[in-house]
Amino acid sequence: MHHLDATKPRIIYESVLFFSRGGAELLFNGVKEHHVTLPSQSEPWDMKQLLVWIQRNLLKERPELFLQGDSVRPGILVLINDADWELMGELEYQLQDRDNVVFISTLHGG
Amino acid sequence: MCQVDEEYHDQLERTDVLSASQKCVRCKEASAAVVIRAGDAYCRGCFKEYFIHKFRAMLGKNRIIFPGEKVLLAVSGGPSSCSMLSQVQEGLSQKAHKKLRFFPGIVYIDEGGAIGQSTEERQRTVSELEVVFKATGFPFHILPLEQVLDLPSSVVVMALPPLEQPPSAYKAAVDRFNQTCGSDCLTPPEKQKKSLPDVHESHTQLLQQLIGSAKTLTAREDLLNTLRQHLLVYTARTEGYSKLMLGDNCTRLAIKLLTSISLGRGAQLAQDTGFSDSRYGDIIAVRPMRDYSAKEIAHYNHMFDVPSVLIPSLETKTSEKASIRRLTESFVTKLQTDFPSTVSTIYRTSEKLQTVCRSSSTDDHSDRCLLCLCILDTAVEKASAFQATLISEQVSQTLFLGPGIPRQNSGPERPASAASAGQCRSLSGGEDCGRATSGGSCCSSAKETINLKSLLCYSCQLTIRDMSSVDHLPLYIMSEAQRRQRRSQMRDEISEFLLNDGV
Repeated sequence: MHHLDATKPRIIYESVLFFSRGGAELLFNGVKEHHVTLPSQSEPWDMKQLLVWIQRNLLKERPELFLQGDSVRPGILVLINDADWELMGELEYQLQDRDNVVFISTLHGG
Repeated sequence: MCQVDEEYHDQLERTDVLSASQKCVRCKEASAAVVIRAGDAYCRGCFKEYFIHKFRAMLGKNRIIFPGEKVLLAVSGGPSSCSMLSQVQEGLSQKAHKKLRFFPGIVYIDEGGAIGQSTEERQRTVSELEVVFKATGFPFHILPLEQVLDLPSSVVVMALPPLEQPPSAYKAAVDRFNQTCGSDCLTPPEKQKKSLPDVHESHTQLLQQLIGSAKTLTAREDLLNTLRQHLLVYTARTEGYSKLMLGDNCTRLAIKLLTSISLGRGAQLAQDTGFSDSRYGDIIAVRPMRDYSAKEIAHYNHMFDVPSVLIPSLETKTSEKASIRRLTESFVTKLQTDFPSTVSTIYRTSEKLQTVCRSSSTDDHSDRCLLCLCILDTAVEKASAFQATLISEQVSQTLFLGPGIPRQNSGPERPASAASAGQCRSLSGGEDCGRATSGGSCCSSAKETINLKSLLCYSCQLTIRDMSSVDHLPLYIMSEAQRRQRRSQMRDEISEFLLNDGV
């Protein structure tokens, strides 16, 4: 438990490890593993915000091949801590420290 | 009632919200990790069992691969084919329940030349894959696509199929196999290690010219697929394999089905997307992964560390509308997110397709398409859909060019070679076609152009039409085309002397 100062509510830093696989790494300069520390903010980070953050800071090219609207493009799987994100609430899932997120593109190869 | 602003949200059923605390629907004990189909959540262990079982069941149900057969696995390096490879390994391992009983070999075709990769990139990919292949212990063959330029024309000729086996033969063969050697004699015959042979720069350029002569991405993909298939079949034949395993998964086949319809391949759907494909005669291609969705494969590969290598294709990073296949893929995958049974519905439909078996004899090769080796769908009656497309094509061209210039053939034809008198420049090894002396016209005189269209099925005609020139087509295709055309001309010449069945 963290002691929260009543006047300045703060949330712990969240460090997230995420992977891009299956072709998704092509959009991140070929880098498969990203160790990311998200800036602190008053509410917990959720997946929706993470995606926005990724687009702004990490996505090197062709955002439409990774994102569509609020979510990932159809055909890209998201695993949170090795479980299907459909089981975790998809975009509403709130990130926790040291969470492990994997993006796998299924649109490539066979 | 239907109104502009009416909200339907309340009435629409929400899909059940799943949660991580949900238990596996199968064992009801462990926590769920993967969602398969709509709403079925499996835990890791149950998912693995389900995945492995599906592979064995697919092969066992179809009973096409006999014990002791040599089966060539076509591995592209992508997730589906690597998953297939790992399933074969699993199935052959000693401790497997109902283990598989055939001799696998691996083939990888390096298409880097066609998509413009550098030699270093190609070599890097090949080295990565070699590591994977060596770990399996199976014999493997690594070939550059450039080798397709040197194939013999027998590869586009349907070979005689093996003798038809009665259904009981499979069970008898299994029993016999178990009696004679049991589980000990499944050691691989020889361990061949053929790594990528050096590719001549000129060959790569020829290949690139060939691919480049197709003007649309759709045609280029089609051409690449055709060449790859030819090389696979050739390798299987020369190395003594009787079956070819392809790694097409359910999602890709659903996309392929819809794409094929758009490309005019409706008549060949059963063979293009079914479990077994016997168009080559002696080699039967099977698709054991056709029941797995791309999602299942991706999850399995991630969870159980199945190695795969990312290899770019012609379509990598292209826009949604770059080709018909890309558009279909985007359509299906988008639909799938909202309606998770899309892919399986398309798949179930494809399972019901069957080819209408015309009673053409197997050695009458003029019945088969020169490129895709499927039975020609263009020899049909006057009031067919195909005739309608031909007529509308003629009409639209006449209108375009103005009246008085009726052009029948819009596709590129082999230019009539300006043969000097007496000089026969036929493709078959420089020998005279003999016709000039015997009074007929020389085959390479101005009259003869290779009318490729008559030798192709409808969709292959469309592909050829999208090519700026057919001069770059490999020699084996052109020489077989010439041979078939001559045979057909000869048949026309002697037709009145032939005995027809039933006359």
